[in-house]
Amino acid sequence: MTSLFEYAPAPESRSIVDVRPSYGLFVDGEFTDGTGSTMKTVNPATEEVLSEVAVGSGEDVDRAVRAARRAFTRVWGPMRPADRGKYLFRIARLLQERAREFAVLESLDNGKPIRESRDFDVPQAAAHFFHHAGWADKLDHAGLGPAPRPLGVAGQVIPWNFPMLMLAWKIAPALATGNTVVLKPAETTPLTALLFAEVCQQADLPPGVVNIVTGAGDTGRSLVAHPDVDKVAFTGSTEVGREIARSVAGTQKRLTLELGGKAANIVFDDAPIDQAVEGIVRGIFFNQGHVCCAGSRLLVQESVHDEVLASLQRRIGTLRIGDPLDKNTDIGAINSAEQLVRIRELSEIGEAEGAQRWQPECTLPDRGYWFPPTVFTDVSAAHRIARDEVFGPVLSVLTFRTPDEAVAKANNTTYGLSAGVWTEKGSRILAITDRLRAGVVWANTFNEFDPTSPFGGYKQSGYGREGGRQGLAAYLQGDH
Amino acid sequence: MTHVLDPNALDGAGSQDTAPGTPPEPFADVTRSGDAFRAFLHGLPGVDQVGAEIRAKVLGTRSIKTTAKAWAIDTAISMVDLTTLEGADTPGKVRSLAAKARRPDPEDLTCPSVAAVCVYGDLADVAKRALEGTDVRVAAVATAFPSGRASRAVKLADVRDAVANGADEIDMVIDRGAFLAGRYLDVFDEIVAVKEACGPAHLKVILETGELVTYDNVRRASWLAMLAGGDFIKTSTGKISPASTLPVCLVMLEAVRDFRAATGRQVGLKPAGGIRTTKDAIKHLVLVNETAGADWLSPDWFRLGASSLLNDLLLQRQKLRTGHYSGPDHVSVD
Repeated sequence: MTSLFEYAPAPESRSIVDVRPSYGLFVDGEFTDGTGSTMKTVNPATEEVLSEVAVGSGEDVDRAVRAARRAFTRVWGPMRPADRGKYLFRIARLLQERAREFAVLESLDNGKPIRESRDFDVPQAAAHFFHHAGWADKLDHAGLGPAPRPLGVAGQVIPWNFPMLMLAWKIAPALATGNTVVLKPAETTPLTALLFAEVCQQADLPPGVVNIVTGAGDTGRSLVAHPDVDKVAFTGSTEVGREIARSVAGTQKRLTLELGGKAANIVFDDAPIDQAVEGIVRGIFFNQGHVCCAGSRLLVQESVHDEVLASLQRRIGTLRIGDPLDKNTDIGAINSAEQLVRIRELSEIGEAEGAQRWQPECTLPDRGYWFPPTVFTDVSAAHRIARDEVFGPVLSVLTFRTPDEAVAKANNTTYGLSAGVWTEKGSRILAITDRLRAGVVWANTFNEFDPTSPFGGYKQSGYGREGGRQGLAAYLQGDH
Repeated sequence: MTHVLDPNALDGAGSQDTAPGTPPEPFADVTRSGDAFRAFLHGLPGVDQVGAEIRAKVLGTRSIKTTAKAWAIDTAISMVDLTTLEGADTPGKVRSLAAKARRPDPEDLTCPSVAAVCVYGDLADVAKRALEGTDVRVAAVATAFPSGRASRAVKLADVRDAVANGADEIDMVIDRGAFLAGRYLDVFDEIVAVKEACGPAHLKVILETGELVTYDNVRRASWLAMLAGGDFIKTSTGKISPASTLPVCLVMLEAVRDFRAATGRQVGLKPAGGIRTTKDAIKHLVLVNETAGADWLSPDWFRLGASSLLNDLLLQRQKLRTGHYSGPDHVSVD
């Protein structure tokens, strides 16, 4: 496809970041070799091996938890809250100073477009540290009782879709409330967490306060099951979340889970159509659809279905797919071969069940993991693509006739993480959002985040909240 | 819908198949009464302010480099309506502007000329003579520019005078007072009358979006002007702040895009005022490209109303060719 105004390649330079050929584990303030095997992490846009990282063994996890316990008891727990805040402010500033480095590395390891890692992931991660740095010496005023006490050692397991941001969501509140952490980044995206370990060193964070143990499922299991962990925080699939809940059941450990979603994005006939179309695109194609709160079910009022769909298809036709490091790329690579298989499978099931698949004309790179933006129409609420989380750039379009029907269909899911409502009528926004069983409901926007706003789900989307005043409760003693 | 529904629409710019004052199908009956017209304009989808501004901002982050930048700069130069609209304008000033318009960069003959020179109506003949033998058009502001506060007879006389002075294009202002008072049909009728008075001259309809304030108003006024037969819709006079902004352009580009999809008739867009740098100009081209589509990427359908912009485009053009900035003395002071 050639057009009059062909944008020349505008790649962000990758020379700003120094990727080491191999990484150990970050335990007790130092990079150390693991006792287990190693694994390779690849650039999903090219399948090039970026680095080799350690697979943390049970022994490594134990060493990290012991370091975290020591740091909690001797240094971080007893520290004046204002001083803890200073460290967090320092980390936040370092993230801003090294923002380009983090953004490039995130795009390399994850496959997301640099525009998103640069303008969303990294600034949001820094914002989370700034926000929580401010809380460190003001916890008395959080409405969680006088002088709330930390829990101790937090074992945190994070996903591959927003590696750096999820790290910030986990580490910032834990540290601000006086806990120490052992964090396991996702198997396919460990690199920004390891760069963050360097930032901890640079900030002179006392050893053991933050420990990063890379690895896969077994490493995560060891961490979650470790008897000296007081708190488990997990973001990821509902399947793994269930396993973790079973493993933690019957112990004294506190648990928060942020799991899958199948969010409804409801477009009423009086919606601002152009902005609603932008919101639909942002809802499902942001981060290649690798978003737990993605608006993967479009519920559009039948009277504007054709108009909205035509606008949506035109708009999808303008999305730019390709090199994640190109500053003009809108849609990058699928994070892993495994995830690509899952997206393909569910899309094929969608077709087999009778839904119509639509994809824009686009050329995908020869190497790497790619899936074009996809819209399914003629979708029925019984189809698997309307019920299962695809976790990819795949939108299912359903229709409704009345507000009651919209609410009933939106809530007809085993998940309940997020939802969106599009209408120019303020009273309708209030009436509908009140009845939607989802942790976050966006009105005339989608996928907006802020550290002050709690995030979390209903039903199989998990429990507990992250961010805001409510997010602090998950890391403090007492029944909140 | 960026495809051309009616292949003749591009050639038929300015001409209308229907009788003057009758909007094109399928909207021919929406102006049958003031109430009907109001219902139609208020039935257009609303614009969410936050969403429109976010979209414009995201498109503003596009990175246009090397060959794309060279193309964009030359295209932007060819789209400039080089403007002087001062009380102190003289024939000498207009002649100097015309010389610059035909050959913006005397040191480089490959540099394209601009689209038009835009002046007050009484100086249109000076511009016309100075631009003889070139493709550069003469645009004149009329209808009691910039406020539009005069009787219709005076406004129409203003237009006829400018056309008689040789203006190829007329930039009119709408009656914002009537628009804000909800007298949409009055605004419509006036545009129709001005269009008739224009004769063969192209009509650009200035909405003065800085006085309409809301994006909903911008969308309604855009549709109103297109239905009345405007060949171009234009954001601003340049005399009111804020002048053109990217979100306003976005909303107007959506309007020209949707209007063509519905009627087959293509209308051009001219943002004016506040566009001073090459970066601003390129952001506008990106906005056009990704909103209305490449069909609008020509001086026939998109103009940039500006004065100081041209020198910055020329400096950037020289920089791209020679690899270094030449400095302000290498472009002419007007």
